[in-house]
Amino acid sequence: MTTVYVPGDSSARSVGADEVAVAIAAEAATRGADVTIVRNGSRGMMWLEPLVEVATERGRVAYGPVSADDVAGLFDAGFLVGAEHSLGHGATEEIAWLSEQDRLTFARVGVVDPLSLADYVAHGGLVALDVAFTMTPEQICDTITESGLRGRGGAGFPTGRKWRTVLDAPDTPKFVACNADEGDSGTFADRMLMEGDPFMLIESMVISGFAVGAHEGFIYLRSEYPGATATLRAAIALAYEAGLLGANVRGSGFAFDLEIRVGAGSYICGEETAMLESLEGKRGVVRAKPPLPAIEGLFGQPTAVNNVLSLASVLPILTRGAAFYQDLGVGRSRGTQVFQLAGNVAQGGIVELAFGITLGEMLERFGGGTRSGRPIRAVQVGGPLGAYVPPAQFNLPLDYEAFVEAGAMLGHGGIVVFDDTVDMAAQARFAMEFCALESCGKCTPCRVGAVRGVEVIDKIVAGDDVQNNTVLLEELLEVMTDGSLCAMGGLTPMPVRSVLVHFPEDLGLNRRSPA
Amino acid sequence: MNVTGPEGWSDAAAAAVITAHATQRGPLLPVLRALQENFGYVDERAIALVGSLLNVSRADVYGVLTFYSDLRTSPQGTTRLQVCRGEACQAVGAHALAEHARTSLDVDFGETTNDGSFTLDEVFCLGNCALGPTVARNGELRGRVDPSVFDRLVDDGATGGQS
Repeated sequence: MTTVYVPGDSSARSVGADEVAVAIAAEAATRGADVTIVRNGSRGMMWLEPLVEVATERGRVAYGPVSADDVAGLFDAGFLVGAEHSLGHGATEEIAWLSEQDRLTFARVGVVDPLSLADYVAHGGLVALDVAFTMTPEQICDTITESGLRGRGGAGFPTGRKWRTVLDAPDTPKFVACNADEGDSGTFADRMLMEGDPFMLIESMVISGFAVGAHEGFIYLRSEYPGATATLRAAIALAYEAGLLGANVRGSGFAFDLEIRVGAGSYICGEETAMLESLEGKRGVVRAKPPLPAIEGLFGQPTAVNNVLSLASVLPILTRGAAFYQDLGVGRSRGTQVFQLAGNVAQGGIVELAFGITLGEMLERFGGGTRSGRPIRAVQVGGPLGAYVPPAQFNLPLDYEAFVEAGAMLGHGGIVVFDDTVDMAAQARFAMEFCALESCGKCTPCRVGAVRGVEVIDKIVAGDDVQNNTVLLEELLEVMTDGSLCAMGGLTPMPVRSVLVHFPEDLGLNRRSPA
Repeated sequence: MNVTGPEGWSDAAAAAVITAHATQRGPLLPVLRALQENFGYVDERAIALVGSLLNVSRADVYGVLTFYSDLRTSPQGTTRLQVCRGEACQAVGAHALAEHARTSLDVDFGETTNDGSFTLDEVFCLGNCALGPTVARNGELRGRVDPSVFDRLVDDGATGGQS
């Protein structure tokens, strides 16, 4: 019997993985070959999807991108024993793009059968949970703090301190909530983790509940991710059956229930307080802080809100120790970051690395330049609210502080590449247009400012009183930055300002030295 | 023409759906979602019904119903096409694709074709950012969609087939 892996990941399916799986099954039946097909997650080499792997005595051997039409030829060439073929890449683990990464949180993604608990355990699953149950909640919080882990959702707040605040809050009941509302364009790591290694999220949610004293957890998952929702729901059902969730988790006496809530197409619900409102069934309107959600969160109770990648990082910290994690990275950015190469890039996908590699090295060594073959003009880092970075700044190291210093941000690790055909004035306008569409409407700088921003950029581009309108735009950016309640209005100026500073010619303005 | 979703609207059926989801914490959004899943849209008549069964004001129901872009108050077409307009897809031609989608179907975003066969929606990120431009047809993703691939998705949708 030969095991063939054909990813069931949404991205792989978007370029024909289902058709390939059907074709392989049909061809195997015709030829009388004994083949088992496993729908694994994606290895994250998106330009090679659908990436088919065959388990051989030399380990797994990769072929891609495979289309249904290639399948008969692959059988002819003997791919079931790992034979050579024009689509072949040799042993998967030896593909440099993959082997040069530090895959901690993504260690199992693309490797295991996502809905096999046995496979999960065989690849190191549940070790962290067992470690956690030997510790006190205080010890877990301290370990996470010592590791230097900062929230991967974008804000970069120390996770251990957040947990400790919830643990120390006197009010009960407490909740843990996972923010899986990954709405930033250019980011897809949360989705891939949930589709490729769903038990990881369940295990880390149980640990976070145990660490903060919560017996109930919610995963707020965006409706644009039906594949992740289906996989995670199935995994939660299996986890209940296996006693990983419920009244007595793994015989520890600790009770924990986990529920998925699906969003309804609102970007702002990725902001943690808007997410809490939405979890309560209300309009996703941002709350003023304080009170912090850690003190007064979901249904007014102490709540630890964590991003999927932050939770995923907790497992290697507990199994390999805070020191191991802390040793990775640079400055105050410790551990690994999951970068997502997206947009007009030749080799897009998931690159998990310790912090500190430069942006340029990331784009060349892993990205391989643009998909179109044209020169890179700009990359937007950190989602729709992140800056457009010009090639002159590609020497920036990918860490939180270095990016902030350069007027940019790392955010959730998305890197969107644009070639030299991009109209940067249109990108600046889009930032405002997006803010106008997605603003929750609670505060004026964001709700009205975004609409005015679109108008004033249109005037500048049209050459209408350019000097005064440019001053007006800059004042507007200042008001939005300083006066908005949350990051939506507060950071929308970042991409716009980056266009003003680095690409003024697209707005019909003269280049000048940055303020 | 089939624009009513899985079942036609009835107050009795709606009340059953609402009651089934009313006991969970923070029920308003889940209830509206369930109504849409059941009927294909949330009928205006639901506003008073949900308000009275959940003991919240009609304004609260209306507020949630109109806040979320997923919730719609009129029936949608048989096939829903969502075109991603996020930055990662913009970088590989999403603007041109969006224009092509609007002109070829002769509808704007958020609208349904006259024969009720297609609803065209814009969406900001489907999480397929390395393989854009991306279109979701009834929730199923298609990557690297250029205008000709889009036309094929439309043709397959019109005949009810799978590409």
